[in-house]
Amino acid sequence: MKNQARIARRSEGNVTVAELLDEEILDETTIAEVGEALFTVVEENPGLKLVVSFGRVKHLSSMALGILIRLGKRVEESRGSVKLCEIRASLHEIFVITKLNRLFEIYDTEEMAVNSFSG
Amino acid sequence: MPSEARRQASIPSDYRQAKAVEDAIVAAATAHGYNEEALFAVRLAVEEALANAIRHGNHADARKRVLVRYAVSDRQIDVHVSDEGKGFDPSRVPDPTAAENLQLPSGRGIMLMRAYMTKVEFNGRGNEVHLVKRKLAG
Repeated sequence: MKNQARIARRSEGNVTVAELLDEEILDETTIAEVGEALFTVVEENPGLKLVVSFGRVKHLSSMALGILIRLGKRVEESRGSVKLCEIRASLHEIFVITKLNRLFEIYDTEEMAVNSFSG
Repeated sequence: MPSEARRQASIPSDYRQAKAVEDAIVAAATAHGYNEEALFAVRLAVEEALANAIRHGNHADARKRVLVRYAVSDRQIDVHVSDEGKGFDPSRVPDPTAAENLQLPSGRGIMLMRAYMTKVEFNGRGNEVHLVKRKLAG
């Protein structure tokens, strides 16, 4: 549903954490709304240090990966950086198969992802 | 174990209706004792096949139909997804893991189907895909 929150956003120091709230990011509508929510965060914050947390996500499709790729490009264009965290093993395999683990820094925990910005 | 489940559904090119079919297939697989790993694989592959049929095959035209035929037994799951499109040549889909394609936002669906299914076959025209998932022993 359009009004349903797709992400929970909070700050950890100068890092913004966006937690994805959907268990399934499969269909075009959900993907579009998740994308819109993430892109809004990026557009409002040039130079953003962003962590996207997948802790609640159990399923995602290749279309969702497409949104992540576009998000990564947009963040880069705005001189920011995006990292991923809390991706369960079954989903992490998708990133490995598609070699997107080479495109994104992926951390086991949110704390590790946030701390990586200060390293 | 229930006997083989064999169903057919003709749906408009609509993602919500596709989700209902996907859920039915996963439910049948669950009833036939497929494990979590297999259920994850089937859900992903069927989702990709349906999304391709709707988006690429039927160009998201709700007037065009997607036909889904599936059979779930204790040994394997067979899913046929066909659209009303012109078809395509799957051998001409670029490798999404090639360096020059890695940042492209699309083109990974078929790769994921092949990675997670026992077998993936397209008909000659390229508007129907057959997914097979065999149940692993043990």
